Amino acid sequence: MHELTVTQNVLDIAIEHARQGGATRITRINLVIGEMSSIIDDSVQFYFDFISKGTMAEGAELQFRRIPAQFRCSECGQMFTPEGDDYRCPRCAGLGIVTDVGSEFYVESIEVD
Amino acid sequence: MEIEIKENIFNANDQLAADNKAKLDREAVLALNLMASPGAGKTSLILQSAKSLSDRLRLGVIEGDIASSIDADNVRSHGIPTELINTGGACHLDANMIQTPLAGIDLPSIDVLFIENVGNLVCPAEFNLGEHLKIVILSAAEGADKPYKYPLMFKVADAIVINKIDLMPYIDFRTGYFYDGVRALNQQAPVFELSAKTGEGVDAWASWLLEQWNERFGQGHGEPDTSR
Repeated sequence: MHELTVTQNVLDIAIEHARQGGATRITRINLVIGEMSSIIDDSVQFYFDFISKGTMAEGAELQFRRIPAQFRCSECGQMFTPEGDDYRCPRCAGLGIVTDVGSEFYVESIEVD
Repeated sequence: MEIEIKENIFNANDQLAADNKAKLDREAVLALNLMASPGAGKTSLILQSAKSLSDRLRLGVIEGDIASSIDADNVRSHGIPTELINTGGACHLDANMIQTPLAGIDLPSIDVLFIENVGNLVCPAEFNLGEHLKIVILSAAEGADKPYKYPLMFKVADAIVINKIDLMPYIDFRTGYFYDGVRALNQQAPVFELSAKTGEGVDAWASWLLEQWNERFGQGHGEPDTSR
């Protein structure tokens, strides 16, 4: 629901770093987004195409690397990605505990000319 | 050419949030970001907390709503200093939106600031406001599956409130299932079961709030001065 805010932030970050690097055009923006986030990729690209018009990032492609959430079993230590509402370990049925893998939300890099 | 960045997308918001927090810290005001579905009882919990804490902590409120001043008028009518933000459609509050109402509240005259976020279990979880504590309120009738459906919200919570426990005899709230989900996502957050309607369980919640204030501001500020 707040893809426009997110997209504006992505654009601002990309342009700031491109300028610092002396670039004139941004061709690609690589994002790392954990699955815990509710952001819709297509929606961000849609807004991006609109708000980047007339900027050095016009026409840039957004690349999303989605990271599945990783839970660690509190009994046996097994790492796993839960399915739906089952947070139990697939190996021993112990309760899984969420880790920070899956909460990523950052601009990794940009490709520029 | 590739330029490495590794910058959090919410960096700009987080910086404003840090400014807000510094301002609150200077005035020894404990800020809580109340997040819940529409109708879970955010406003009712504020009013019950005010009743329970009236002789111990002075409260202020920032009411965030997409439209209308219904909640703000209600809270104000109880004599609590209240600032309203109408987000005009936005699904969450962010650190920037808080700045104007924060300037409108006389911070030295309060100890605890409740920030009532827009009713929504998704977006508010992603935006820091400068609060000290994120509070998630779930009303029992919404169902026990909410941690599984909105994992980020329950992961970021500093405390979780189950409201409307007076309805428990009439609904099938799967308590074990709920607590499994909460504990998988969040090992630390205390869970308060209460009814903002009957007042049951509110004292434990209010005592915890007082502890939170004392932990941060008790030293050097003494007891909150309710005479001002």
